Amino acid sequence: MIALESVTKQFQHRGKAVTALASVSLQIAKGDFVAVIGPSGSGKSTLLHLLGGMLSPTEGKVLFGHDSLYDLTSDERSAIRKNRIGFVFQTFNLVPYLTALENVQVPLMLAGLGDAGQERRAKMLLERVGLSDRLDHKPRELSVGEQQRVALARMLANDPVLILADEPTGNLDPETADSIMAFLHELNVEGRTIVMVTHDLRVARRAKRKLRLVKGGIQPDEQFASRPEEALPVEEQSIVKG
Amino acid sequence: MRLQTLVWREIFERKNQLATSFLAILLGVSVIVAMKNITFYSEKAVAYQLDALGANILVLPKSASLQHYYSADLQKDLFPEDYVKRLTSSDLQGLDNLSPKLSVPVEVGGRRFILTGILPKNEFQAKAAWQMASLFSRPAECGVAVTVPGLAAPAKETLVRKRVIQTLATNEVLVGSDMAAALKVAEGGKLQLLGRAFTVTAILPQTGTVDDGRAFAHLHTVQQLAGKGAVVNAIEVVGCCQQISQGLVQKINQLLPEAKVVTITQIVDTQIKTNRMMSRLSLLFLTIIVLVGGASIANYMFANVFERRREIGTLMALGAGSAVVLRVFLLKAVWLGLAGGVGGYVLGTALAAILGPSLAGVPVLPMLAPLFWAVGVAVAVCVAATYLPARRAARLDPSAALQEI
Repeated sequence: MIALESVTKQFQHRGKAVTALASVSLQIAKGDFVAVIGPSGSGKSTLLHLLGGMLSPTEGKVLFGHDSLYDLTSDERSAIRKNRIGFVFQTFNLVPYLTALENVQVPLMLAGLGDAGQERRAKMLLERVGLSDRLDHKPRELSVGEQQRVALARMLANDPVLILADEPTGNLDPETADSIMAFLHELNVEGRTIVMVTHDLRVARRAKRKLRLVKGGIQPDEQFASRPEEALPVEEQSIVKG
Repeated sequence: MRLQTLVWREIFERKNQLATSFLAILLGVSVIVAMKNITFYSEKAVAYQLDALGANILVLPKSASLQHYYSADLQKDLFPEDYVKRLTSSDLQGLDNLSPKLSVPVEVGGRRFILTGILPKNEFQAKAAWQMASLFSRPAECGVAVTVPGLAAPAKETLVRKRVIQTLATNEVLVGSDMAAALKVAEGGKLQLLGRAFTVTAILPQTGTVDDGRAFAHLHTVQQLAGKGAVVNAIEVVGCCQQISQGLVQKINQLLPEAKVVTITQIVDTQIKTNRMMSRLSLLFLTIIVLVGGASIANYMFANVFERRREIGTLMALGAGSAVVLRVFLLKAVWLGLAGGVGGYVLGTALAAILGPSLAGVPVLPMLAPLFWAVGVAVAVCVAATYLPARRAARLDPSAALQEI
């Protein structure tokens, strides 16, 4: 369904090229649930943004179905994001001045749905994530867990086939993180493909497939399975071992 | 929800930050609206005063002076009546009325009076060539016969001073009030002048000028009685004050180089100067609103784009294309312009009504036209100032905008 073909991404930092991803090739099948784990700066978010058509690679191709994402125009990539990809962010990225209901309506509005249709679907989605009593609350009036659930409802608005989750539980307490992971699992069971970036091994273990990203390169699942703690920063390895 | 809702919510969420830009537009527009409003009524007042003066441009022989004119234009030098034809067959704009005249002294009952020959209006209209010249077709906005609220309607005597007489037969005469009183003549009576018997068709109301001691007869009759041929000693022109300020006098001078063309504008000089000052100030404030208001809005919008990078990135991640992002900012600019324009119009109109009488000495009433003008200028300035920041927002790299890498 989605594939990276020898993708390299370099950033310019003070005149020097910094490699975030080095000739990465990867295939993700439809309905897969992939967890990408790695230390900070390993290129996890870069990988996710490349998959989402938001960051063009320096070299290589990103295929979404039969489309080479970066051979499309910017507006064509926007249309793919709008109709087929859902993003979940670590910091939720809710629009602060819109209510929960309106935040969920945003992608529906972008898709051109009418007012009544937007409201009906947004209410249904918020009900699904257990926030039917928080429709008119602004993000600052919601707990972090509730904010992430609004973000999940928003992500589902246009019924995406691919979900890209960037540290979806990074800001949440373990209990809320579990409920979010359960929800993502449910979405995967529905047939949606999920690529999740995390540095939380417990979260990563809920995925069907785990990848380790170190210094811009992807290590196969077997290596991750044998030494999963190496994917984490040193200070976090002791927690996992303990 | 619509994109408009998103724009509105953002405006009200960050209204304090928007206040400075809104104030810049509001104040700029209100000052211009006030100036325009006051200038409009001030120009009307000038037109009214020129109107009340009667003729405001005089065509005299080269040797004549204004004193000759005011002392009943009895100067020796004359010029051909043909000058009238030159004027009427020209393409000059702003000639409201022409009145060629020839004045000659007459003695009746042992007293000296003046007999002035004038050409009735129907004789201008009867001549096809003159009609072609669009004489008497008053241009739009021409000041003559305007009504200025708060000022009295033109007095009856001004009609006399303008010599606008529709018809006048060769044996008819209009007699000034003093002359009529001295000679004890009444309307319908007979009056012998230069050996010709005239029928008195009207006794003119008192004006307190030399006109009270005059009798007005048909120009061609007076020319014939005076034995001077087809000549006149003055052409009074009622010019549209707008055209006068745009060089009508100079144009008449070019057309009649052998004559002297003078304008009687001293009485409204102050008003004209006020109008010019208002026009210049309006231009100055327009420049200020464009530069300061525009710069303030552009500055605000650049800051707004920077502040909303993550939000823009989120919208892009959700599938918003560059056109949507551009529209988000331009719609905001349109609303800012609309609010600034309407607010500026209301404030400016109120300022004009309050300050108009003391600034320009004229009463000022609200006008609707500046509303469209104010909104147009404000929206144009806001949209133009916002375009670059909006384009920058639309071209943001969504990944960089999210600031997550």
